[in-house]
Amino acid sequence: MHYIGIDIGSTAAKVTVFDNEKIMDNFTLPTGWSSVETSRIIKNRLEDSGIEVEKSKVVATGYGRISVPYAEKTITEISCHGEGVKYLLGEDVTIVDIGGQDTKIITLENGRVTDFIMNDKCAAGTGKFLELMANTLGVDIKELTDMALEGRDISITSMCTVFAESEVISLIGQGTDRSSISRGIINSITGRVNSLLHKQVRKDKVFLTGGLCEMESFILLLSQKVGVKVETHKLARYAGSIGAAILAGNLE
Amino acid sequence: MRPKVMEEVESLRGINSVKIKEAHEEGKKIVGMYCVFSPSEIALAADAISVTLCGTSQDPIEEAEKTLPRNLCPLIKSSYGFAVTDKCPYFYFSDVLLAETTCDGKKKMYELMGEIKPMHIMNLPQTANDEDSLEFWEKEMVKFKNFLENQFSLEITDEKLSDAIKLMNRERKALRELHSLNSHKPAPLSGMDMMLAQWLKGFNVDKEAGISIIEKLIQETKDNVSKGLFAFDESAPRILLTGTPIGVGSEKVLRALEEAGASVVALENCTGYKGLDVLVDESKDPITALAEKYLSTPCSCMTDNNGRLDLIGRLCEEYKVDGVVDLTWQACHTYNIESYTVKKYVQEQLKLPFMQVETDYSDSDTGQVKVRAEAFVETLKI
Repeated sequence: MHYIGIDIGSTAAKVTVFDNEKIMDNFTLPTGWSSVETSRIIKNRLEDSGIEVEKSKVVATGYGRISVPYAEKTITEISCHGEGVKYLLGEDVTIVDIGGQDTKIITLENGRVTDFIMNDKCAAGTGKFLELMANTLGVDIKELTDMALEGRDISITSMCTVFAESEVISLIGQGTDRSSISRGIINSITGRVNSLLHKQVRKDKVFLTGGLCEMESFILLLSQKVGVKVETHKLARYAGSIGAAILAGNLE
Repeated sequence: MRPKVMEEVESLRGINSVKIKEAHEEGKKIVGMYCVFSPSEIALAADAISVTLCGTSQDPIEEAEKTLPRNLCPLIKSSYGFAVTDKCPYFYFSDVLLAETTCDGKKKMYELMGEIKPMHIMNLPQTANDEDSLEFWEKEMVKFKNFLENQFSLEITDEKLSDAIKLMNRERKALRELHSLNSHKPAPLSGMDMMLAQWLKGFNVDKEAGISIIEKLIQETKDNVSKGLFAFDESAPRILLTGTPIGVGSEKVLRALEEAGASVVALENCTGYKGLDVLVDESKDPITALAEKYLSTPCSCMTDNNGRLDLIGRLCEEYKVDGVVDLTWQACHTYNIESYTVKKYVQEQLKLPFMQVETDYSDSDTGQVKVRAEAFVETLKI
């Protein structure tokens, strides 16, 4: 039996396939402009690799979760991330999920989600913010986080992405070096995460999920801000889809 | 199953907007109010009609933002927007307005609104715990009484006050009984219907007619309970909704919770149970009794506001609540700050899951509100 978890986020779609108890495949693709189209591409790709989607159990999560017609159930990314991290780590942690359009802090206690908080309706402190700022600086996100390590510890204080962009442009105008601007951009995200973390019952361990978990420089800077070593896992990007696949296994 | 009387309750919206016009044409005086601190008894004792004024819809906010800052709570912007656009029949037909110095945003907005119609502002103490507060608030009751006597050229007698107190107590008792029906597990009424029935009371031009519809609704709901007909099944997680007031147009969080499968069984807010908990003491001097009742309102404008925690605790037990949701409007400092205190109390003392949702009246964050509501319900279900 195949259990499939599909996590359609605002930027990337992540898919995990379990063959009974074992992860068989993880893949990711850009969400693009249509979640319905993305879910169709995912289905084709699964079937090309010999998986009978109609005979499998499918759970969809993420913002595009309602656009997966072949999913048996939709579950929010909060529960799925909790389940996925429980699988990857097997211990209670506080999860920081920096997604494309929002940032979530999730508390796991006895393997269950007991509390969560999301940033308010605004792109500040999210992956989308980072993407826009990287564009402004003419680099990609990886380069931005690496440059940030070298930069001076300046701050970008605007709470709003649009205003923050103006702030970055004025820093460029003043001749501030790109590394320091990058540092300021990362500081605004890690600062936002840090204040969200304080509103929550915090476990000793902080675990990062989402696309940024592959950026070592970012994890280093986030650890400095939060005051503990932030942990992650090579599959942390797939925490949501892994959780969805596990929950698909619980459906029967 | 939805009680049939709910259709009658819903039709009150149309009926009342016609009745207010008729009352005005008959020469009846109308006092418009906004807040659960407003002593409607004093207006009724002046043979006037007391009505709640509109402030729960996004529609007039754009107009309000021509004058007010954008970064202000939607309730204040909506109230002011309705006033300047004349889209609220109750505002339009009000002869005088009653306002209170509750939060800073309202207080300063009322200065602008007072230019549109005659307005009396009651000066609300900032704490209910100080001995002097009650005496001060009693004097404010007398000032409002004097204001109406002057405006309408009449005398408000103690006898009239006592009659009004009895009438409003009867309305409170009926609404309280209605609210308490949802302490039954499973709940016989959806939170959406409960909100509607509770919220619409403020617009009742004819108080007696309003009470009798609520009594009919109670009867039908009780019949449903005895037949085993409920709004949700036993497995639906039971939620207490606290925080800022809601009405039609600002109910999106309540709606999202119930669409996610929760049963919102208790509404601990100004438009719900908060004003019903304490009756006016009919055996005391009417002004003293009114001052005592209204000062006991557990509002976030007060420091401290531990009465709110007590009420939440009591309702959680009585209604067998599984989780608490605190709704706060953007830029509402008092509720947003107090949410931290409420969270600590709910999680540490009551040992219940808690979620705060901060939003406004617009649809721009419907997706995010939905995720929060669904995720919260998921954590309660597992």
